[in-house]
Amino acid sequence: MNPKYRRLIIIVFITLTLGLATKLILMALEENIIYFFTPNEIKVKYGNKQDIQKKIRVGGLVLENSVIKKDGTTKFNITDRSHQIEVLFDGPLPDLFREGQGIVVEGMFQNNKLIASQVLAKHDENYMPPEVADALIKNGVWQGEKK
Amino acid sequence: MFDWLANPNRFKRITNKLEPFLIVISVILITLGLYFGLFDSPKDYQQGDAVRIMYVHVPSAWLASLLFLSLAISCVFYLAWKHPLADIISSSIAPIGAMFSLLTLITGSLWGKPMWGTWWVWDARLTSMLVLFFFYLGYILLSNAFERKIDGSKSASVLAIIGVINLPIIKFSVDWWHTLHQPSSILRFDGPSIDNQMLLPLILMITGFSIFSLYIITINVKTKLIEKKCEALLLKSNLREFV
Repeated sequence: MNPKYRRLIIIVFITLTLGLATKLILMALEENIIYFFTPNEIKVKYGNKQDIQKKIRVGGLVLENSVIKKDGTTKFNITDRSHQIEVLFDGPLPDLFREGQGIVVEGMFQNNKLIASQVLAKHDENYMPPEVADALIKNGVWQGEKK
Repeated sequence: MFDWLANPNRFKRITNKLEPFLIVISVILITLGLYFGLFDSPKDYQQGDAVRIMYVHVPSAWLASLLFLSLAISCVFYLAWKHPLADIISSSIAPIGAMFSLLTLITGSLWGKPMWGTWWVWDARLTSMLVLFFFYLGYILLSNAFERKIDGSKSASVLAIIGVINLPIIKFSVDWWHTLHQPSSILRFDGPSIDNQMLLPLILMITGFSIFSLYIITINVKTKLIEKKCEALLLKSNLREFV
């Protein structure tokens, strides 16, 4: 066979093998790659939340009408519309933090409550002008998180 | 066909004609894109004016990935066909791609602080983009790390081809795993989830950046070809003196 095609086949073969190896490594490390768990995943995985003795990140929506601010401490529930977790946080909240907003909370569990050390806002993939968002809400076809 | 394209003189003739068009078109596209992006496009309903960072961030990220793919394809041509021009093309692409990936990381960080509330997190999208930046740096360092240029070119080419595995990881990281970074808004099965008024400057900027990169790369390639010619001439005259 022509040597250049032989070299080409070797390159393709090695790349495919390495790709497969990478895929397997990523599958094995999935737990560490995932940036956060949803409240439901935590329930399925750990059952009793008090068993988690390490720092963990929980992602979900801020439950409507659950935010209570008192003496610099914010209390709210984070939900994936199937389960919810109570969160306590005494740091500065991101600007996008509001009820219905997607957020990621990092913290430790204490008495079934998540004592947060950091609260990050998560932005979704929808980009639109404010007028369009208002019109969608007005017409009752709003699909995303509550404004 | 590759032999036809790989002739340096023919390459120079074609690119000399192309160059003025490339620079004029890219300047027009980027100017229009910046105008629409910064002045004549709406605020986002949540992000406000911070959304305008996207008009630099997203094109940079696409170019960083696209240029790495081109670099790796060129490396395959170098390793399999052993065309010296392919190596020159790869090494001309590398610094441009490295610059775009750095720009992606910086603009993303500037957006992340006001929106997420943090400059940086180790989620899959951000980390894989950082890895891409390191692959670019690795390619540049490795290709200059050997006494004999050809050893450097070969090992750097192998590194670049391995690095291609990272590209689908960057693209699909937001779908495969939970990440803090939002999923993609343009290339998705159910059509773009971005308002048309915002999509216009984004597409102008992406095409503008692409054509501008092509322009810089051809200039880089031509410079390197001239350098090579100088070296060859120098070597010839030294040999003559020696004899």
